[in-house]
Amino acid sequence: MSLLSVKNLTIRFGGLLAVNDFNLEIGEQELYGLIGPNGAGKTTVFNMLTGVYTPTGGSITFDGERIDGIKPYNITAKHIARTFQNIRLFGNLTVLQNVMMGYDYQAKSGLFSSIIRTPKQIKEEEKMHEDAMKLLTIFHMEDLAEEKAKNLPYGQQRRLEIARALAANPKLLLLDEPAAGMNPQETAELTELIRWIRDEFKISILLIEHDMKLVMNVCEKITVLSFGQLLAAGKPEEIRNNPRVIEAYLGKRGA
Amino acid sequence: MKETYKKYIKVVIGLIVAYAVFQILFQTGMINSYYNRIIRQIGIFLISALGLNLILGFTGQFTLGHAAFMSIGAYTSAILTRNFGVPFLLALIAAAFTAAVLAIIIGYPILRLTGDYLAICTLGFGEIVKVFIQNVDYLGGARGISGIENKSGFTVIFVLAALCFAIIMNLIHHSSKGRAILSVKEDEIAAQAMGINTTKYKIIAFAIGCGMAGLAGGLFAHFSQFIDPKSFDFSKSFELMTYVVLGGMGSLSGTVIGTSILIALPEWLRGLSDVVKEYRMLIYAIMLVSMMLFRPQGIMGTKEITVAGLKNFFGKIKRIFRSSSTSVNKGKEA
Amino acid sequence: MTEFLQQIINGISLGSVYALISIGYTMVYGIIKLINFAHCDIFMVGAYTGYFAITTLRLGFIPALFFSMAVCALLGVVIERVAYKPLRNSAKETLLITTIGVELFLQNIIKTKALAGPNVLNFPEVIPTATFKIGGLQFSNIQLITLGISVIMCAALQFLISKTNTGRAMRATSYDRDAAALMGININRIISVTFAIGSALAATGGIVFGMLYPKLEPIMGVMPGLKAFVAAVLGGIGIVPGAMVGGLSIGLIETLSKVYISSGLSDAIAFIILIIILLVKPTGLFGKRNVKV
Repeated sequence: MSLLSVKNLTIRFGGLLAVNDFNLEIGEQELYGLIGPNGAGKTTVFNMLTGVYTPTGGSITFDGERIDGIKPYNITAKHIARTFQNIRLFGNLTVLQNVMMGYDYQAKSGLFSSIIRTPKQIKEEEKMHEDAMKLLTIFHMEDLAEEKAKNLPYGQQRRLEIARALAANPKLLLLDEPAAGMNPQETAELTELIRWIRDEFKISILLIEHDMKLVMNVCEKITVLSFGQLLAAGKPEEIRNNPRVIEAYLGKRGA
Repeated sequence: MKETYKKYIKVVIGLIVAYAVFQILFQTGMINSYYNRIIRQIGIFLISALGLNLILGFTGQFTLGHAAFMSIGAYTSAILTRNFGVPFLLALIAAAFTAAVLAIIIGYPILRLTGDYLAICTLGFGEIVKVFIQNVDYLGGARGISGIENKSGFTVIFVLAALCFAIIMNLIHHSSKGRAILSVKEDEIAAQAMGINTTKYKIIAFAIGCGMAGLAGGLFAHFSQFIDPKSFDFSKSFELMTYVVLGGMGSLSGTVIGTSILIALPEWLRGLSDVVKEYRMLIYAIMLVSMMLFRPQGIMGTKEITVAGLKNFFGKIKRIFRSSSTSVNKGKEA
Repeated sequence: MTEFLQQIINGISLGSVYALISIGYTMVYGIIKLINFAHCDIFMVGAYTGYFAITTLRLGFIPALFFSMAVCALLGVVIERVAYKPLRNSAKETLLITTIGVELFLQNIIKTKALAGPNVLNFPEVIPTATFKIGGLQFSNIQLITLGISVIMCAALQFLISKTNTGRAMRATSYDRDAAALMGININRIISVTFAIGSALAATGGIVFGMLYPKLEPIMGVMPGLKAFVAAVLGGIGIVPGAMVGGLSIGLIETLSKVYISSGLSDAIAFIILIIILLVKPTGLFGKRNVKV
């Protein structure tokens, strides 16, 4: 059984059919790519997966449970975490606090025990602190723990955002154009990082990306979206040679 | 965990020493009753301003109706002690509770609004509360309520102010709930993506903050012994906001400093000379505007005063002092 | 029925004053997204300047009106340059506190002995009041003048905004300040012009308000200011015609609710309407998604 199963997903904005009859199957520990030209509806799909938009039709099943139409903040508890195309860190909080945010929805201590600081709450807080430091160490960012997130260089901010998403203990990690604004060397590092995360954390990753090279390198399976329609799905080499995909990307003459 | 408790014991000892020093100064008459009154006034408004800082500085929700919640607390407690003979402390709890419950009821619909719209809405709410009280005879109407017992002594104000400070400190800086509250101010969309129900945390912060305003209102009623709707109109909300912003939004020690300066300053100016006395509100206004122009983030920014920070600060002063004295010595030798 | 019509007349004349003040709020908000709380005190200064122009300088009504408009326009521009401009890019709260600081400054400087002193002054009867009746309805010439001045001012403003280059630049600036700057519009000049116009209209409001309710005190601007502000929000803040309609509506609502509901609660009704509007349609009656002048 696949981890994420999207069937006949459709959304309309007024008269505009933004995504029509979209299907997607992602298995356990799979590296999946979603590509398509500008305005194809990739981000719209992403927003439906993360609860930002409620689909007009179709279903999203994750881990055997329907998740379409639930609130964004409840998606995280279903073990789906995401990053943003235009990095959204908590800029005035420290790197450490940012990562700890990932654990926060899992915290058991209530409001009252937080205010009077029960021994249990203190222990829980210390445990979170430890875990966050461990995660930062894995990302080689332990020295930056007390920096404000907004003061990090761009590449580090990307990594921090991924670390924060991982702290939320996802089974599926959604990365929205992680290579945007990166130079070739940083992109190469990112490729390694994504593979390594999958192996280390044993999770599935869905990647939305413009950078064809990155997607072809990293992903085991790819779905192509064009004008809100599913164009093709398959292994990278199949996609690479699919005439319809080439046409969508390069125009008729390219094909 | 041990370290955390050690730290708390130190803080409690520090507070007891501070309290003792104040008491000695009062008893020996080194602080006279006039200054005692000003100090108590600072304490009362500090409690309200701390609550406002939680809403405005930490949660980033722009409210201009904070004084209305003070008035709700003031009227609740005054009616309870005066008409029903309820003990003072119980009436204070009721004041805080009533304000917090009302904050939840009105916060639920209006906290969906953001920025200026929220500000306008809370301002409107404050005016509605004022007009409502003015028109209810049982609450004394526009004449207000007089003859409230004088109960707000230094001890109760000191303890409650320290308590409110500690509540916000613990919540914001040492808990997941606090980080959730901070994340609402930073980026609501990212917060939701991290599993935070942002509306819920806005309401929690609003309720706690307004509860503190209610508590301060209750203390104020039993401090000035007279309350009327006009003493809690929107200009009072503005005043509270100036305390918070001057000290630094998102700094609790800043709120202590801001509140102390802005309440003490007009009083101090009043004492200087007749000319200053006449122009004191004008001077106050000019100082407020220049403060905003030259240090818009407030005195403390988002930093807190810490023991390490103080040591560092005094170390710097010492070094400056030493280097200047050595240069004087060098001058002598030459 | 006559009673009702009579209240409509009273409401419109009061509402036209609110309209004059609320235009200032709305224009400033449209251009720099600032709620200028000191605006209601410009209104107050306008009334006081009118008082001194008539009593001390012995000017007639029309010259006094223009004099007051000029003084307030200058005051508005100076305030913006000195107190608001340096803070244009800082946090909203900071800027708001500054407007409150300016408000306190204006109220207290008027209070000083060198100017008006702390006592209540009576606005001089510059035009002798005459009332006339038409079919049971009572008009005063003051009410007609108030209405007339408001209509003329609003029409002039509408012309300025829609037909002149400056008006076009103002609209562009409120739509997108950065883009307007790139197109060669002098943003600082446009902001100054906006403050000048808003303040001049507030001065007009102050003088006609003084004629309607001849009691001058330093905090006289606060309540009309708040209501004018509600009017601006009601019409969709940032939209000039919206402010005019909003002003008239608030005037009518206030007058009618005073008579038919409760004189004590009439102040609250304006604010209840405000909250309902904000919750149901936060951009106001005439607001679109993007708020424009």
